[in-house]
This record gives sequence, structure tokens and C-alpha cells, in this order.
Amino acid sequence: MDNLGLLWEGLQAAASPMNLLYAAVGVLLGTFVGVLPGIGPAMAIALLLPVTYGLGPTQAFIMFAGLYYGGMYGGSTTSILLNTPGESASVMTALEGNLMARAGRAAQALATAAVGSFVAGTIGTLLVALFAPALADVAVEIGAPSYFALMVLALVMTTTVLGASPLRGFLALFVGLTIGLVGLDLNTGQPRLTLGITQLVDRLDIVVVAVGIFALGEALWVAAHLRRKPAQVIPVGQPWLGREDLRRSWKPWLRGTAYGFPFGALPAGGAELPTFLSYVTERRLTRRGRKDGGEFGRGAIEGVAGPEAANNASAAGMLVPMLALGLPVTATASVMLSALQGYGIQPGPQLMTEHADLVWTLLASLLLGNLLLLVLNLPLAPLWAKLLRIPRPQLYAGILFFACLGAYATNLDPFDIALLLGFGLLGMAMRRFGLPVLPLILGVILGPLMETKLREALTISGGDPAGLVDEPLAVAIYVVLLLVLLGRPLLVRWRSRAEAAVAVDGADGAVGADAARAEGTDRAGVLAGTPGTTETEGTKGAGR
Amino acid sequence: MSPTTSGLITPRTRPGRRALRRAVAAALAAGLVALTAACGVTRGDESHDIDMWIPNSPGGGYDQTGRAAVGVLDREDITGGDIQVTNILGAGGSVAMSRLMGEEGNDRLLMTLGLGVVGSTYSFGVDARPHDATPIAQLIEEQEGVLVPADSPFRTIDDLVAAWQADPGSVVVGGGSSPGGPDHLFPMQLAKAVGIDPKQVRYVSYDGGGPLTSALLGQKIQVGFSGLAEFEGQVAAGELRVLAVSGDERLTEEVLADVPTLTESGIDLVFTNWRGVVAPPGISDARRAELIDYLTRMHDSPEWQQALTDNGWTDAFTTGDEFAQFLVDQDERVSTTLKELDLL
Repeated sequence: MDNLGLLWEGLQAAASPMNLLYAAVGVLLGTFVGVLPGIGPAMAIALLLPVTYGLGPTQAFIMFAGLYYGGMYGGSTTSILLNTPGESASVMTALEGNLMARAGRAAQALATAAVGSFVAGTIGTLLVALFAPALADVAVEIGAPSYFALMVLALVMTTTVLGASPLRGFLALFVGLTIGLVGLDLNTGQPRLTLGITQLVDRLDIVVVAVGIFALGEALWVAAHLRRKPAQVIPVGQPWLGREDLRRSWKPWLRGTAYGFPFGALPAGGAELPTFLSYVTERRLTRRGRKDGGEFGRGAIEGVAGPEAANNASAAGMLVPMLALGLPVTATASVMLSALQGYGIQPGPQLMTEHADLVWTLLASLLLGNLLLLVLNLPLAPLWAKLLRIPRPQLYAGILFFACLGAYATNLDPFDIALLLGFGLLGMAMRRFGLPVLPLILGVILGPLMETKLREALTISGGDPAGLVDEPLAVAIYVVLLLVLLGRPLLVRWRSRAEAAVAVDGADGAVGADAARAEGTDRAGVLAGTPGTTETEGTKGAGR
Repeated sequence: MSPTTSGLITPRTRPGRRALRRAVAAALAAGLVALTAACGVTRGDESHDIDMWIPNSPGGGYDQTGRAAVGVLDREDITGGDIQVTNILGAGGSVAMSRLMGEEGNDRLLMTLGLGVVGSTYSFGVDARPHDATPIAQLIEEQEGVLVPADSPFRTIDDLVAAWQADPGSVVVGGGSSPGGPDHLFPMQLAKAVGIDPKQVRYVSYDGGGPLTSALLGQKIQVGFSGLAEFEGQVAAGELRVLAVSGDERLTEEVLADVPTLTESGIDLVFTNWRGVVAPPGISDARRAELIDYLTRMHDSPEWQQALTDNGWTDAFTTGDEFAQFLVDQDERVSTTLKELDLL
């Protein structure tokens, strides 16, 4: 089957002026709803699905694709501007994105997010079009042991972001892991750490935790210091993505795509892990060989480009099990499948062969929607950025309002607002005592995932730890991890020996010193998302 | 892990002029939500408007059943007013359940209820029994199926039972619901029916039918227990096989018509997942009769019959006292199974 030819036919079916209009409406509506706090892409689609009911399948899919990517992208806008991620996949975007926004580079952050989403979405959709059935067969082979190995890898990588004091970093990480324990034990159905509160049984929504700690904690912290510190005016930088920004963005876009797509294609892969892996990778790479440790912690564009691309690539990857196997592996996918069912299509492995025309139209529409999203949102980026010119008291009031609204909108339950305030206080306390917030968030994300996969693997193996290494991928990951962990100290020792030799020769030994310093700043770390500490971070880095 | 969302969605209508008007209305509604930033849901004072709560996320089983019922009620204009659907998420439906108890006397509210919600009230320690609500009607039931991958050594349910009895630890089973849900209760009750201690069953809980299917396809588990609606595609394509269905009669769908029931195979167990509608406690008898009448008229409409066929649901319509007794029985059965597992 000539997939490219079919895709071309799909594109021809999709690209008429009227259809483009539908796509544009879809993208705009999707972005709008996606921007609203508490409404992630799944909800945005579910909410707007009725809009497509009166249309024919082609038009409906086009609008739908627009809604989908629009909703995905809308989430990153609030993350960057207001530090209030609308869904777990954009938590990582908020870290550097909001710092960039506060440094007057909101337009660039939004633009790199938009282009990154476009690049990742396009590559991802093309990969789906070309390889979906083959990928799906491989993906089902990957089970709990491999996931667990990936989690271990991710956990080891969190050491990069522990911050200046490993003790405080670990403290924050363990608080995060504890928060991740709250709720129903999925294996036995027993509630844990819920204090008898029904709402806690459902596990804490990562979005509420993140928004509470990031946005609310921040607002409270700023409010507590408003009288002592003069209000900083957020500088307004140039509105466009400069050449330098592009140079720094394109590699993270591609790396993010490489992380995101396979995870999306895995059943239950999700977007949290790839966005996180992309973030730490970019962080490590930009620090390597730099005296100032890169811009991370002060708004590095790489930290937005990578995770945002990973997020969207994973969204595209999700189409692999959906189209090739008819499996809804995420909430968004179930909503999409129910839309397909609305046109009398039974999801299943035969979807791509029996309803090829519709599937290809959908894929072509996704490509078009993606392009349109870029065209519409790139000019909007500077406009959005102007939002930050609102004076600080009003801006933070707005952030508080939106954060509460988002928390409430998720479940329509006032309890979530109380929870949000609780986490806001925790966030403020952490800033007060210099605890880094990032390890906490990672603990909340990784903890439950790790536990679920570990216990799934052990249930399947009957409690035998050998079950953790009975998949080739898992073994490969552990080997790589071991090599990295053992290899790194050896490398450092070898380098310092080389450096000593060079020093004896009277040369300047810059390479070795740089490596050593990069190592130092790695540990010096950053209290990511903590504005008050960004100056100190710079001096600490320089001091080492 | 589980994106929790909720919202208000206009009921589904057939394409056509009316649908277009609705589409516009929905777009406006969405815009309005954007404007008021989802903070206010305006309710009119007209006495014919009703709220329908769905205790789970959009797209799930409760959502499909609830919305299908609301769609028919709406199109046939049975209630004479608007019906608004609200998804109330949390704790597998127990949040919605306990909120329903708090709406005592509210006679303009209905909620979709099912076996999973009953189980979750136990798991989540919510002290709200289904029969404390005002029973209106049971709507449907869905059989569960015993699924294996295409090349599984288990060709019949007897093969499975034999292997399972010989060494309960050797068979890893999975389901799409957390403990207390239908896919968990079914294998436990099946184990008990064939003389295996439910505590020895190695059950892996997956987050819905999608992940369960991939675990089966990837041979991570040997047997899956689930409602079959989501699996028809896989079964038709020959990727999965169904060893048995759990109802007292065979299913009528083409791909599943050859699958025997458990009772045919000599196992004394009938297990069905059911869904129905309840109202808050403390409403007047007259209103209760009226609500039952609405649903009876809905059930008698050809559109509902069509919805049953489309979704592969088995018609199981009971109302009033009969449904009330059913709820008491179900509650009893769930708590017994969970107690046997030391989960209560």
C-alpha cells in the first residue's frame, strides 16, 4: 500500500477553501478553550465535539484536528504566561517558559512552543502515516518491566535538578513522592494517606499540585515581599523569534520529538515522562562546557522548545495504537474514537484497512490543522505577551483567579480550591526555606507511575524480582544506566589527570576545568521556578 | 495518570437542520463558557428542566448510557424541558454518589448508576448505599467476557479452569477496572465458583479497555476480564478470542454468537454489569412515579431500542420496587466478594 499516495489523496480531500475555514475555526476554538484553566485537550475536544455533529465526516475531522492541536497548544500558553499549567504534560513547559516570560521573552517562548509543536506534530503525524501498523506491533510488546526501567532512568536523572543543596533537593523529592502516595492503592483498592477525605482518595491531580506550588506559592511569596521590594517591571523584548533563538531551538525540537513520539505510541506511555526527559536532557546539554551553566533557571529557550515538542510528538504518537489497533490509550484518544463511532466506524485493528479513506483524511487534516495553528498563533504570540504588562498586583490577582478557576473547573468541587490553597502555602513555605520545587513536582509525577509499573511487573512475575528484567528493553536500559553511572566518575578522573598533565605543560587546561565546572554547576543547580533565587543562582554558579 | 475532566455537553442529535442549530448553540455555549470562564451554570426556573449526573468521565460506559438516555428523552421531548448532562468525576463514582445523597429532596436531578459505582463506594469508604437513593429504573446490562490472546493455549473455558485449579498462581489475569469494579469482581466470583480461593487470584488492574487490550496482545497477562463492547474489533480481527460470556444467554452479535455462556460450560455463575438511573433520596412519591414514567416512555421508544442495538447493550428494564430490591441484592453481592478478599 502506497501510504504517501493515500496521504496525498487525503490532503486533496481536506484542502479546499471551505475546509480550511473549518480548520481555522477549529484551531481558534481549540486554542481558546485550551487556554482556559482546568480544561485539557481531552475536555476541550469533548466540549466542542457537538460543534462538528452537523458536518460531513471530512469537514468534521478537519475541524476536529484543529480542535485537537489547538487545545494542545492552548495549554502551553497559560503555562508560559501565568505559570499555571492546564495539564500534566505542560508542567515542564511552565518551568523555563514562565522564567522566560518574566525576563521579557514571553513572545519567544510562545513562538518556540508554537514552532516546536508544529515540527513535532508534523513529524509525528508523518511517522504515524508511514509506520503505524508496524509500530503498534512493537509497542504492545513493551510491558511493565521496561516502563519501570525507564522510570528508574528518569529518577536517576532527577539528580540533575536537585538544586544547590542535595539534602534540600532530596527533602523536596521525598515530599513529592509522599504526595504521590495519597489516594487509592490501585492494586488493592485501599485508600492511603487520605485522612478519610473522599476527594483525596482519587489521588491528587498533578495539575492542582503544580499550579498550587508554582503559581499560587509564587503569588503569595511575591505578595509577602511586595512592600519591601520595589515592583519590577517586566521588560518587553523583541517580539519575534530571533536567529539565535532558532539556532538554540531546532535541536531541542527534534530531540523532544524523538522522546515524545515513542512514548505516545506505547500503550499508557503518556506525555509526562518524555517532557520530563526532554527537559533534563536539554538542561544537561546546555550546561555542558559552559562557564555560566547555561540559561537554565533563568529562562532557557531550550527548556521550552524540547518539552513542548515532546508533548506534541507524544500526542501524535498516541494515534498509533488508536488507528492501528483501535485502542484508546488516553482520555483524548477515547474521545476521538467515540467521534469516529459517531460516523458508524467500529474501532479495531481493521480500522486502517476498512476505513482507509477516513483515516487518511483524518491524518491529512491533522497535518493541515497543525500548519494552520502555526500560521494563526505565531502572530498572536507578541499579543499574548503584552498581557504581562499588566501591573503586578493586578496580574497576580488575575493569576490567582485563573488558578482557582482551573482547580474548580476540573471537578466542580470547592474542595479542590482548598487543596490548591494548601499547596500554595506549601509552595510559599518552600520558597521561604529555600527548598527547590522541581524535585517535588517530579516526585509527584514519577512516584505513582513507578509504583504502578513496579507492582504490575511483580504481580505478573508472582513477586519474583527477576520479572523486572525479563524484557530486552528493560535490560538494555539498565545496562546503559550502569554504564553512565560508572563511566562518568571514570571520565572525570581521566579528564582531571589529563588536565594535570596539561597544567604541567604550562597550557591553560581549559577543557578539563570547564568539565569540572560544569559538574559543579550541575550540582549547584537551580531552584527552578523560584524567581527570588535566580540572582543567587548566578552568583553560586560563578562562585564555584 | 487519570486526567480528570468534567463539563457540560449538549446531547447528541442526528445531523440535520436541527443539528446545525444545535451546533451553533453549542458553539455559543462554548463561547459563553469561555466568557464566563466556566464559573456559572445558569439554571432556568422552569419546572421541567432536569439535571443528569454522570458519575464518570466523558466517553466512559456510564457516560454513553446516560447520554444515550438523555438523547432519547430530549428528542422525544418526554420531559417537556431541557436536560443537562454533568459529569461528576472522582473516586470511581463515589464522589457523585455522596453528592447525590447531599441533594436530598431535589426532584429535578437524576444520576446514572451502575455496578462499578457500587463497588467503588466500598473501596473508597463512602457510606452511601445505592438503595439509599430513590431507585428509578434499571436500563441495561452488559455481559462480561473471558478474553485470551489468539494463540493462547486455553482453547475453552474448561482449559482455563483446569489450569487455574491446578495452580492458581500460574495464571495472571487482568481487567480494566480497579478493585471493586466489575472487571475485578467477575474473576473473583468466577474463581470462587470453580473452587479457587479468590485471594489466590493474581489480578492486575489496568486503566481501562485500551491498556488491557495491549497487555493481552503483548501476552503480558494470560486472561482478560472485561465488558466486550470495546473488544469486538479485536475479536473480529482474530487478535483475541472469547472463551465465555457471563450472562444467562449468549450474545447475539455476529462475532460473539458462538461463544458459550459460563452456565453452558457447567459453571454456576451469572455475572452482569448493569446500569440504571436513580434520583436523590427524599423525593415525593408522585415525583418518583413521574420520573419512572419518563424513563418507561423513553424505554418504549424505537430510538432507545436502536441505541441498545448500536451499543451492544442488553435490555434489562426494571423500575420501582423491583429495581430497589435488585440494588439491595447487588450491594450485598459486592460487599460479600470484597469481604472474602479481605478488602473490606
